[in-house]
Amino acid sequence: MSDSTINAPASLAAMPSKRTIDVVNAGLAKRYRAEKRFRIYGVTAIILSLCFLTLLFVDIISKGYTAFWQTKVRIDVHLDPEVLQGENLQTADYPGLVKKSIRNLFPDVQGRKDRRLLNGIVSSGAAFQIRDLVTANPDRIGSTVQLWVPADDDVDMLMKGHMPRDVPEDERRLNDKQLAWIDQLQREGRLQKTFNRILFTVGDSREPELAGIMGAVMGSVYTLLITLVLSFPIGVATAVYLEEFAPKNPWTDLVEVNINNLAAVPSIVFGLLGLAVFLNFFGLPRSAPLVGGLVLTLMTLPTIIIASRAALKAVPPSVREAALGIGASKTQMVTHHVLPLALPGMLTGTIIGMAQALGETAPLLMIGMVAFIVDIPGGFTDPSTVLPVQIYLWADSPERAFVEKTSAAIMVLLAFLMTMNALAVFLRKRFERRW
Amino acid sequence: MEASQTAVNGAASATASQLLVDRSHRETIGQQFVENPRMTCRNVDVYYGDKRAINNVTLDIGSNEVIAMIGPSGCGKSTFLRCLNRMNDYIDICRVEGEIRLDGQNIYSGEVDVVPLRAMIGMVFQKPNPFPKSIYDNIAYGPKIHGLVATKSETDEVVETSLKKAGLWEEVKDRLDQPGTGLSGGQQQRLCIARTIAVNPEVILMDEPCSALDPIATSVIEDLIDELREQYTIAIVTHSMQQASRVSQRTAYFHLGDLIEVGTTDQIFTRPGHQLTEDYITGRFG
Ligand SMILES: Nc1ncnc2c1ncn2[C@@H]1O[C@H](COP(=O)(O)OP(=O)(O)O)[C@@H](O)[C@H]1O
Ligand SMILES: [Mg+2]
Repeated sequence: MSDSTINAPASLAAMPSKRTIDVVNAGLAKRYRAEKRFRIYGVTAIILSLCFLTLLFVDIISKGYTAFWQTKVRIDVHLDPEVLQGENLQTADYPGLVKKSIRNLFPDVQGRKDRRLLNGIVSSGAAFQIRDLVTANPDRIGSTVQLWVPADDDVDMLMKGHMPRDVPEDERRLNDKQLAWIDQLQREGRLQKTFNRILFTVGDSREPELAGIMGAVMGSVYTLLITLVLSFPIGVATAVYLEEFAPKNPWTDLVEVNINNLAAVPSIVFGLLGLAVFLNFFGLPRSAPLVGGLVLTLMTLPTIIIASRAALKAVPPSVREAALGIGASKTQMVTHHVLPLALPGMLTGTIIGMAQALGETAPLLMIGMVAFIVDIPGGFTDPSTVLPVQIYLWADSPERAFVEKTSAAIMVLLAFLMTMNALAVFLRKRFERRW
Repeated sequence: MEASQTAVNGAASATASQLLVDRSHRETIGQQFVENPRMTCRNVDVYYGDKRAINNVTLDIGSNEVIAMIGPSGCGKSTFLRCLNRMNDYIDICRVEGEIRLDGQNIYSGEVDVVPLRAMIGMVFQKPNPFPKSIYDNIAYGPKIHGLVATKSETDEVVETSLKKAGLWEEVKDRLDQPGTGLSGGQQQRLCIARTIAVNPEVILMDEPCSALDPIATSVIEDLIDELREQYTIAIVTHSMQQASRVSQRTAYFHLGDLIEVGTTDQIFTRPGHQLTEDYITGRFG
């Protein structure tokens, strides 16, 4: 391709009879072939990456979609006034009430061992559900209420088809008797799969059927809020200073080189830094979104600074000259003209940085955000965890039911990421000035 | 010295163009000085790093005159023009020596602030560069930041008079809220001139304002420059000798950083005093 164009003038000089157009035409087919090859490389690359992406999504969704449903059991609970006496409503024997209700469904089950197996069909969360009901409506004590309570995770897995029935009994988590009971419940219409509200409303739990991601979601939200509030203004201010105001001297060169270096530092190092500085030196609370946010701010800043500087560099010099030529001060030039034009690029960089921060696990492990935390954090200093750490924790759990939970949490994380990216596109469109 | 040169030149012009000063002569010849100068430049040197782009230029710019600066490209016309309102301040490697005064005040002295200076010496650039804002905001911006207008009606008035002076009002009065970048090239350049006028400057610097425009838009701007002369002092850099002869009263010829010759436009184009000037205007190099 290139040699034909280079040869053209030479051969032209050598053979004046040969016209340029003939030389060009001779090389044309070769040029087009090269162009086509190049396009094919590009399309292949895109198809390949799309394939991998699809594979990833199919895998995650097929494993995880069942987590959005949950098997529930209908039990009739007699709110026995003898059990629910007076002031100790909080500590009454709710598990006993649940057990009694189940036993009423299967009056012919005898023996301690069988009864224990029978009780195991219903989640221990049923007792809390009754407690909450009674505390909220004390007037219903004495009546019999019909309740849909979560089934145990093994029952849930069986109902969702994750647990094969046709294997020898000792290789199953549910034995033949339990299977018979479950079948009976199903025949009586006492088993039902409903939308899994628990997953989206509560924090973590040791019981898969009672575990939710709300704690991690709120932890992520608080952490990212801190990160955003700190890293965006600091990053933009740094970029503006370095790009527009800083004198060009070895000092600023050094700062620049180091910012680029920081962007390449492994994130766990920032975690160690956070541990040493924020926890050990400043004595900030462990596992808190505040500290997580600070650490992620350190990690995100280089990204935001570099992107913002690129955005500032891309503002045409003619706009700067126009502003200066009319007598705007340098600050006015920057704030009135340069910043508005650079803002879309800065926002894009910031959201890319935030997306990175949202998916970050390693540095947060170092500052204790990996603890098992049941409560949903209510503030920036409450102990909490974040979505990717929750995924890590669940992926590490032995129970079969956590497999689908892990995939579900990944889906939620991906949904967050996509929302943020969509927001980035929207903001860019919104602030972009085409004129 | 300078006086004697002027005398020599006077003699030369008197006896037609036969007594040309030869090429190696680099002292400025002609009428560098005027009676009531607006701006006076004395022994101005400009360096980019170690490289000297302007070499010992001494020149007066008179009130209400249009002075054209011509010369081959790269000879330092833009550099010199940008010294006049200190636009070179923002080029890190650029250094200006010598003395440039506006109404007797040295603009490079410590107590002069560039912000009011640029309000007094406006600039129009080679490529039309309206702000990416509405036509109205383009004009209103300067008066607003300098506090020349306080109310909406005052701003409206400034916008209208500026656009009228720039000869753009009739064309845009119905679409002031539309983007300035949506105008044609010639209209954009007149918008930039209106924007400069809006802050009511004393001097307007123009760096090849028509080089990106078609002949019709160019002639509109040239007529405009002629009108503006009544109110403002204008220094215009141009690569077009026709333009220089059409719009200016005086012409300065630059060559490789030297100011070779200054004179009335008439004299420069009919009876150049320096061999280089003659070579340039007769098209022997360009
Ligand atoms: N920002 C700059 N940095 C370094 N050298 C420059 C810069 N601007 C102009 N020059 C040099 O100064 C000389 C004069 O340039 P300029 O004033 O733009 O010429 P003109 O406008 O007459 O074509 C040229 O040799 C050019 O290379
Ligand atoms: Mg130039």
